[in-house]
Amino acid sequence: MKKSYQSLEDNSTNTMIQVIYRKLTANFLNLGLVFLLTISTSLTAQEGDPAKGKTLFNTNCASCHQMDKKMTGPALRDLELRLEEELGLDREWINKWIRNSAGLIKSGDAYANQIYNEYNGTAMTAFPQLSDQDISDVLAYTAQPKAAPAVAAGPAANSGGGDSDGISNKLILGALAILFVLLAMALLMVRKTLNRFAEAKGIDIASEDKSIPIWKAFIQNQFLILVTVILLLLASAYFVFGYLSQIGVDQGYEPVQPIHYSHKIHAGDNGIDCKYCHSSARVSKQSGIPSLNICMNCHKSIYEVSEDTQAEGINEYGVDYNAEIKKLYAAVGWDDDEQKYTGETEPVKWVRIHNLPDFAYFNHSQHVTVAGVECQTCHGPVEDMEVMYQYAPLTMGWCIDCHRKTEINVKDNAYYTKIHEQLSKKYGVDKLTAAQMGGLECGKCHY
Amino acid sequence: MKSLFKIIVVLTVFASILSCKKDTRPNYQFMPNMYESVGYETYAESDAFPGGVEAQLPAEGSIPRGDFMPFEIENTNDGFLLAKETLMTSLDSTQVDSERGKELYNIYCGICHGNKGKGQGKLVKREKILGVPGYDDVGRAITEGSIYHTIYYGKNAMGSYANQLNEEERWQVVDYVLKLKADLEK
Repeated sequence: MKKSYQSLEDNSTNTMIQVIYRKLTANFLNLGLVFLLTISTSLTAQEGDPAKGKTLFNTNCASCHQMDKKMTGPALRDLELRLEEELGLDREWINKWIRNSAGLIKSGDAYANQIYNEYNGTAMTAFPQLSDQDISDVLAYTAQPKAAPAVAAGPAANSGGGDSDGISNKLILGALAILFVLLAMALLMVRKTLNRFAEAKGIDIASEDKSIPIWKAFIQNQFLILVTVILLLLASAYFVFGYLSQIGVDQGYEPVQPIHYSHKIHAGDNGIDCKYCHSSARVSKQSGIPSLNICMNCHKSIYEVSEDTQAEGINEYGVDYNAEIKKLYAAVGWDDDEQKYTGETEPVKWVRIHNLPDFAYFNHSQHVTVAGVECQTCHGPVEDMEVMYQYAPLTMGWCIDCHRKTEINVKDNAYYTKIHEQLSKKYGVDKLTAAQMGGLECGKCHY
Repeated sequence: MKSLFKIIVVLTVFASILSCKKDTRPNYQFMPNMYESVGYETYAESDAFPGGVEAQLPAEGSIPRGDFMPFEIENTNDGFLLAKETLMTSLDSTQVDSERGKELYNIYCGICHGNKGKGQGKLVKREKILGVPGYDDVGRAITEGSIYHTIYYGKNAMGSYANQLNEEERWQVVDYVLKLKADLEK
């Protein structure tokens, strides 16, 4: 990687043309200044509608370009202005490039070739369908000044309010507690003084009749003791049995993962299918922990979460989602500034949650593809889980229970048509359950 | 008074034992040697493998059993153009299963490209990923070869789907994409 970077630099000095996208931050500062100085005159070049431009930009350009960040192609903010000031390229050149970049490169245009080489020969898709007006709309959109980052004043103020609420609540509670203690002490003192008065006036305080204390009476009654012992034994047997039978059951297990991955955001809010990432659940025994290239399918483009999501993460879960995305980049070896893989990868040690004992066989594809069971049947409402946990007990009783209850879905499932016909005749039922298909055979899962 | 003290001690011990159970730790196992596999389990850690992870890539050049045709077109612009012009589906008309193609398309592609192929998937609508083109885009003019090449290697911001879909599944998806394209162009 370093080598190609070097060669780019050589290239730029040889041809004596600046590679303008190389030092983004410095460039943006400069450009921001230039832009501020020229804003009054530059916008009048050709009337474009920035609102329309935004729609066009989002549908046509945004797959490869962003406003302020290098992606598959260069950043586009103030594109027209920069090209004109730094390279003397006019609107005509931009039109040609957008409609047919390959043609422009072939024609031997110096800057066209330079930019083509800088982006490793990634050809820009031709957009012959864009009219002059469309292009000026898009350029008007790119000429808009960068929106000032909204200061996260809202959530901070809110949380401040929450804190003060908490403090006042605690104060009230504390005051009440002190009041209570004072009251109790006052009562004790009143009692003491009353007793003293009684003594002084020679009044005898009626003492209770001396009778056998209740525990002595209890011990003397042997039948009661027998009953109590039996009850105690039964109760402790119940609790001991309960404790023993939850050994090895990890229901509710919720380990801390090395990267905070929110199923709620991915599967819930964004509605990504479970099988998108856990694709091997369709075809193999394991449902598979997705390899990081699957994360990068989207996170190549999504390098930070939206501001709302970020605020929610910090306030509700104490998680900085953007930092978690950075962890992903570090693990997969993605250089977000250069938009390149560095090749330095680090495996992520995900903590396995659902783990059947070695003596039980379970096959995902059999349940997901053949039976068409929803993932949520066993894994629970994953789309609502901010932190993944084990929903089902995964005990044998739980498996058996489901096999007894679940009717075979014969509709649109040619796999079962014939055997269903035979077996439903044999058992004399309309609908077969998984159990009647052999779902209770020991050898199905233990061998 | 003494018995009260004893009861409190017993209760404290009991409570402290109960509080040891944490959700961030797995529960105790009864006879762990029956629970844990002797062989290497998927995703297990072991010094026997480079990097300490059981999950390794297959050796260079290894091929899966069964029907397998290597995909020899390269991941370059030229390769893309070559595929676009020459690559044809390996499915004949009886093998095309558009139900399955649709199902796979909706799982893997629809989230960005939209279930109708207009480039309006849920992620696009929520402005998470932008600029997903419709399949009827004239500038791209997709063909079965170019679709397959793109699924196999990815293109621009799109990643490769070669590890989520096998060869036959990829061609099913290609067929379904062409169907969506035809619908869009109507």
